[in-house]
Amino acid sequence: MSSIGTGYDLSASQFSPDGRVFQVEYAQKAVENSGTAIALRGKDGVVFAVEKLVTSKLYEPGTNKRIFTIDRHVGMAVAGLIADARQLAENARSEAASYRSQYGNPIPLKYLNDRVSMYIHAYTLYSAVRPFGSSLILGTYDPDDGPQMYMIDPSGVSYGYFGCAIGKAKQAAKTEIEKVKLGDLTCQELVKEAARVIYLVHDELKDKHFELELSWVGKHTDGLHVKVPKNVQEEAEKSAKAALEEESDSEEDI
Amino acid sequence: MAFVDVLGNSQLSGMDWLNAELSTGTTIMAAEYNGGVVIGADSRTTTGSYIANRVTDKLTRVTDHIYCCRSGSAADTQAIADIVNYHLEFQKVEMNEEPLVETAAKIFQELVYSYRSSLTAGIIVAGWDRRKGGQVYCVPLGGMCVREKITIGGSGSGFIYGFVDSGYKENMSKEECIKFVSKAVSLAMDRDGSSGGVIRIGVIDGKSPEIERRVICEDKFGSL
Repeated sequence: MSSIGTGYDLSASQFSPDGRVFQVEYAQKAVENSGTAIALRGKDGVVFAVEKLVTSKLYEPGTNKRIFTIDRHVGMAVAGLIADARQLAENARSEAASYRSQYGNPIPLKYLNDRVSMYIHAYTLYSAVRPFGSSLILGTYDPDDGPQMYMIDPSGVSYGYFGCAIGKAKQAAKTEIEKVKLGDLTCQELVKEAARVIYLVHDELKDKHFELELSWVGKHTDGLHVKVPKNVQEEAEKSAKAALEEESDSEEDI
Repeated sequence: MAFVDVLGNSQLSGMDWLNAELSTGTTIMAAEYNGGVVIGADSRTTTGSYIANRVTDKLTRVTDHIYCCRSGSAADTQAIADIVNYHLEFQKVEMNEEPLVETAAKIFQELVYSYRSSLTAGIIVAGWDRRKGGQVYCVPLGGMCVREKITIGGSGSGFIYGFVDSGYKENMSKEECIKFVSKAVSLAMDRDGSSGGVIRIGVIDGKSPEIERRVICEDKFGSL
């Protein structure tokens, strides 16, 4: 890496001569080491899916979850350093709670996204701190405004998305998501797509075991962000595995 | 003040308005109809028995589509309305969207409740937003906040509860609602000594960019 040894990568508060902040770029690298997280925005809600890598069989199942509920109506999937992400979840939760207590209604996602982005960005400005090593996907459903989704990266930049992927296999996942007709599908259909994408981009050779985390927020959940019910999750995983089988079969034909 | 007797009592009897607080012994009212809200108020401001202003406007803007009806201390309610206006203008810029009526009511409540021991403010918040349409919230003395289809306030309201309870219908047309509110306020003004002057009416809906205002003078009360 060209940054190493130049001395310009030691602090988040210093630019390199060609206008880069290497500490932020390293933080983005940290995100790419983690399991993939995706979110799909359909016509009636947002579905989150996370490939949670399990590095030891001795770990209890269901620990270190990477999907958070920020407020009743807001879900968040993360990739990167889990401990950093937890701090961001806490920040997002207090923003949501304070909005609710001040204004008496749920925080609009656009505003929450602005606030969390500002917080993350502040950590790219000072030499005494390091940037957050995590990216977040925030999603919600509103009866008036429909589904909404944003992704924030360690630099504090954010965009609204129809479908997005972060983490290890984000490129492969994005390619796969682009094929899905996101705007036409319901959450029930998207949850299968999401499971399929995660199963597809999972690298059997490098990371053996993983848990699939699924959650959604949409019309059918009454605008609440909740875990996907067990039977739906099982169904989605089954059809994801079947789709994988089919894919590898067709490859063999050629 | 001069002319104080040995016991410290003012000898200027009948001139209590010199020291009394400027307050709006008032009749205010707001009602939902099928496309928005109608708000109404009398126009009398008193300091004791003296009418300090006979053409007061108690229908105060907080945003283009949210107004409040003020009762209690004129100074307190004006100050609160100014603060809420500040908060909502700020929020409007931050969110790039018109604030919700619910939000306005919540901020009024927070202020009235936090300073309940030092404020005399009974406020009705009414307006229109794209989520819930026309809405009326009542924020009385202690800092409660509750949504209602119709609400009345001020000293004059005590005389018209029966009229309002028996006469109000949901989903009235605009003109029907204006007529109802005007009649109610005029009845209160007839019986309440601290209410009077003209009737001020405001109509807020989602269609027009601003409030529609009407003034009804006393000579027209008979034909309401």
